[in-house]
Amino acid sequence: MNLSDQLLQYILSGLSTGAIYALIGLGFAIIYNSTGIINFAQGEFVMFGGMLGVYFFHKQGLALPIAFLLAVVVTALCGVLFERFAIRPLRRPTPMNMVIITIGGSIFLRGVAMIAWGKDTHVLPTFSGDEPISFAGATLLPQHLWIFAITILLIIGTKLFFSHTISGKAMSACAVNRRAAGLVGIDVRRMIMFSFILSSAIGAMAGIIIAPLTMTSYDVGVMLGLKGFCAAIIGGMSSGLPTVIGGLLLGVLESLGAGFSSGYKDAVAFVILLLILFFRPQGLFSRGSSERV
Amino acid sequence: MGKFKVFLVCIGLLLTAAVAQAAAPIKIGALFAVSGPAAFLGEPEKNTLEMLVKEINAKGGIKGSLIEVVIYDTTGDATKAVQLANRLIKDDKVVAIVGPSTTGETMAVKPVTEKEKIPLISCAAGIKITEPVNPWTFKTPANDQIAGEKILNHAEKLGQKKLALLTVSDGFGSSGREQLKVLAAKKGFTIVADETYGPKDTDMTAQLTKIRGVGADAIICWGTNPGPAVVTRNVKQLGITTPLYMSHGVASKKYIELAGIEAAEGVMLPAGKLAVFDKLKAADPQAKLLAEYDAAYRKTFGVESSTFGGYAYDGLLLITEAIKKNGATPEQIRNGIEQSTNLVGISGVFNMSATDHNGLDLSAFEMVKIVKGDWALAQ
Repeated sequence: MNLSDQLLQYILSGLSTGAIYALIGLGFAIIYNSTGIINFAQGEFVMFGGMLGVYFFHKQGLALPIAFLLAVVVTALCGVLFERFAIRPLRRPTPMNMVIITIGGSIFLRGVAMIAWGKDTHVLPTFSGDEPISFAGATLLPQHLWIFAITILLIIGTKLFFSHTISGKAMSACAVNRRAAGLVGIDVRRMIMFSFILSSAIGAMAGIIIAPLTMTSYDVGVMLGLKGFCAAIIGGMSSGLPTVIGGLLLGVLESLGAGFSSGYKDAVAFVILLLILFFRPQGLFSRGSSERV
Repeated sequence: MGKFKVFLVCIGLLLTAAVAQAAAPIKIGALFAVSGPAAFLGEPEKNTLEMLVKEINAKGGIKGSLIEVVIYDTTGDATKAVQLANRLIKDDKVVAIVGPSTTGETMAVKPVTEKEKIPLISCAAGIKITEPVNPWTFKTPANDQIAGEKILNHAEKLGQKKLALLTVSDGFGSSGREQLKVLAAKKGFTIVADETYGPKDTDMTAQLTKIRGVGADAIICWGTNPGPAVVTRNVKQLGITTPLYMSHGVASKKYIELAGIEAAEGVMLPAGKLAVFDKLKAADPQAKLLAEYDAAYRKTFGVESSTFGGYAYDGLLLITEAIKKNGATPEQIRNGIEQSTNLVGISGVFNMSATDHNGLDLSAFEMVKIVKGDWALAQ
């Protein structure tokens, strides 16, 4: 076992955790880009996806693909309810109100999950086997390939959606200027609700595809949400490639940090977040448009 | 639920006690975290105690006196535990208390029972409960370091010299890490890697890659679910063939379920004997009692017994044996418990003394190996 093999394993491990962060980060970015809200309950949507997947698969005995679909649909429904009852009633939302409301919402959702499914940790079977795939001395699991594949599909999907469809463009318009968007005939409320559906569905997908690897319980959303948020910040809250690169970067740095000294693993990630917020609040990759905040 | 049920049971016991006998019943108190975050401890403890008291009273009590147990739910809250301890002592006038369920609560209740001179038999594992020894405080779960010593003895037997530690960065993991390092140094092992992971971490391949690089003879992972299950899966993913030891913190079937039967194959850990009661040698002093307890628990509650219920079982056992021997005043019970020798319980065989208020040794644990998703005794 030489150092370069080790390094390759660190990077591969980092990329696979990073892809998870990227998926969660995308959820943050989508809502931000159509509403200007940073939804701190995004991690809870991820948890809901995983827990509902477990519920439909283990408790109801459904086939995995059906459990997957149902979990995504039900989580999207939760997203709708969340928007309808927590976000919409605010007449003149300030960013501060929104942050507090979404944090409150996340605590509420966590409580609901705890009461509904208890405090145990659960696991889903992997989608296609547990046999590790060897790659030049480093190893990956088939499930990691699923995560990569779904992440790539979702990036392409959201990219196409936001730049090539009317709804996507309308959603972006709402973020730039709600009032103006309303004046040109865009149904702003509907767009906001739509963005919540989209991001909760993406969060749920992330939650289910990672459940076979990382396991899930009512409180996994906090840390996952935070890491996803980190990824989105590094990517400058863009709902496309930069957030994904942000997630991968975070994953690799964490993994290298753990390889270097495991006690400082999380510190590495959060120090980077702080540095970026200090020096490049617009994200690592954007050229600093002044309209972001 | 919880409180009301407990209340009903207490009333029920009061009534039966009043009708059934002439001699005054012996009142024993119990403080368990029946609800709240530590409910997984308190629930089986309460069940066990109620089941056991019913059994004892059905056989006519102890020396003609029935037992009456007053159980309060602390919800895992130390402040509440102290209030309820006062209530047990002042209002209910109990002669001894079983519980509380957690180390934090026990440390809060301890000064009260020590001042009032009521024997307290804690169901929590923290070493500081009985070290330094106070005359009035006992505990039934074995110390964590005994589990560590058990692992190291096994490693020694297999000729493993270089150890890699992978511990969780919470209270359980850090104290395990400290104790393992001290014990390893004493026994002449070399620690070649000393890595940690966060309680919520979802991937430990980086730490394990580093461990793989240093060429350890064995990996010892110290944590509670789900971390160790992730570690077990990651070990399989990386194709590491170094023997893997886990702590007693995952000695339940849940761990095998989370890690997956394939990945958990061959993992070794020290487990309380209750987990493997059906595989013990017939000569084992605990074999019969464990089988009886498990069968009775299954019959009454419909689920398998747990180590935690065993802690409460032993608490009451120590008290009743002391009463049989000495008498039923707090002073007599305390002396009786301290003199317990070769008392066969669920957690182990107790040998108490004025300097040891836990009374368990290495025999409290059995090294087990996971074979085909089930426990087997490790050779």
